[in-house]
Amino acid sequence: MPHLTVRIWRGADEGEYQSFSVPMRENQTVLDVVSEVQRSQDQSLSYRFACRVGVCGSCAMMVNGKPRWTCRTHIRSLKSGVVTIAPLRNMPRIKDLVTDMSGFIDKWGKAGNVFESERDRRDAPVAVDPSSPRRKAADAAIECINCGVCHAACDVVSWNDSYLGPAALNRAWSLVNDERHSRKKETMAAAMGDGGCGNCHSQGNCMAACPIGLSPTRSIAGLKKMSLMSLLGGSDV
Amino acid sequence: MSNPMFEMRLYLLQRLTAILMLPMVIGHLATILYATRSELTAASILERTQSSPWLVVFYTAFVVLVSIHAPLGLRKIMGEWLRFSPKLANRISVLLCLGFLGLGLRGVWALTGAAMP
Ligand code: SF4
Ligand code: SF4
Ligand code: FES
Repeated sequence: MPHLTVRIWRGADEGEYQSFSVPMRENQTVLDVVSEVQRSQDQSLSYRFACRVGVCGSCAMMVNGKPRWTCRTHIRSLKSGVVTIAPLRNMPRIKDLVTDMSGFIDKWGKAGNVFESERDRRDAPVAVDPSSPRRKAADAAIECINCGVCHAACDVVSWNDSYLGPAALNRAWSLVNDERHSRKKETMAAAMGDGGCGNCHSQGNCMAACPIGLSPTRSIAGLKKMSLMSLLGGSDV
Repeated sequence: MSNPMFEMRLYLLQRLTAILMLPMVIGHLATILYATRSELTAASILERTQSSPWLVVFYTAFVVLVSIHAPLGLRKIMGEWLRFSPKLANRISVLLCLGFLGLGLRGVWALTGAAMP
């Protein structure tokens, strides 16, 4: 049986790649390979996953330099006999393939990501028109599952510690377009503050990397436009 | 910065100057093409530019816009690529702005000096 060479990051921020040889199989994802190494070669290898079918987003890692969901990445599709697997970029490393995602999640909070409503259970539900432009904008951004792949793909995140990043800003965009959200002004203020949308270069690394095909780039462009309008006095937030 | 919208305002300023400069760049290129294609001598070009108040206004505005726009872009590059601290990048940007203004306005003066009031 032919074998595949896998280089896996071991350690935390300090560490090195360790090479393993894994049998090549007909149908094999990067996550399968990591699991096989952990089960049959080195049980101390740490990594994260849950669903194994592209639902939860917890298996994200750098595969040959690109952030991907490892359970949705077939070894075959990489077209390479050597696969290099590292923890997600732009996050502190805890051990091996496991990163500390708390900074990433904190940025969601800083981008005003918490939905708030002024209504309670006695009020009638808001009638949301699914075909209104704002709802369509919110819908286009709303499926994000916080996997961090786009955050890892973004160069501006790696250059600028205060930048909130594509995922947090994408979330802010879906909220400022949600007519039920009562703190749109606060969300907008966070999204256009110093770490906000003005830092984005609009080159779309995040969009190219998102495993479910969302476009944080487009969301951020929407935020930029809204910010400029509000600075010019014509805000409709 | 004390004002949380400081960065966004600079961003706005950079976009606005870009929009204003776009037609001016075209005007500037057209002027250059005209001047070089029409076989004018340097002396006759200067003769024309020095008698045109319109050119003073055009190039003074152009220089001011460039002096705002370019340092703002360089400021981002200094922060992101060269990892300069915000304070250092701000200081260098102000110096660049003043430098561009000085050089540019001196050029305008040389080209159009006689047309100045
Ligand atoms: S936008 Fe896409 S890549 Fe980014 S966190 Fe959400 S699901 Fe993941
Ligand atoms: S488009 Fe913006 S958010 Fe997306 S990767 Fe580029 S700089 Fe980052
Ligand atoms: S393990 Fe759930 S998306 Fe990969």
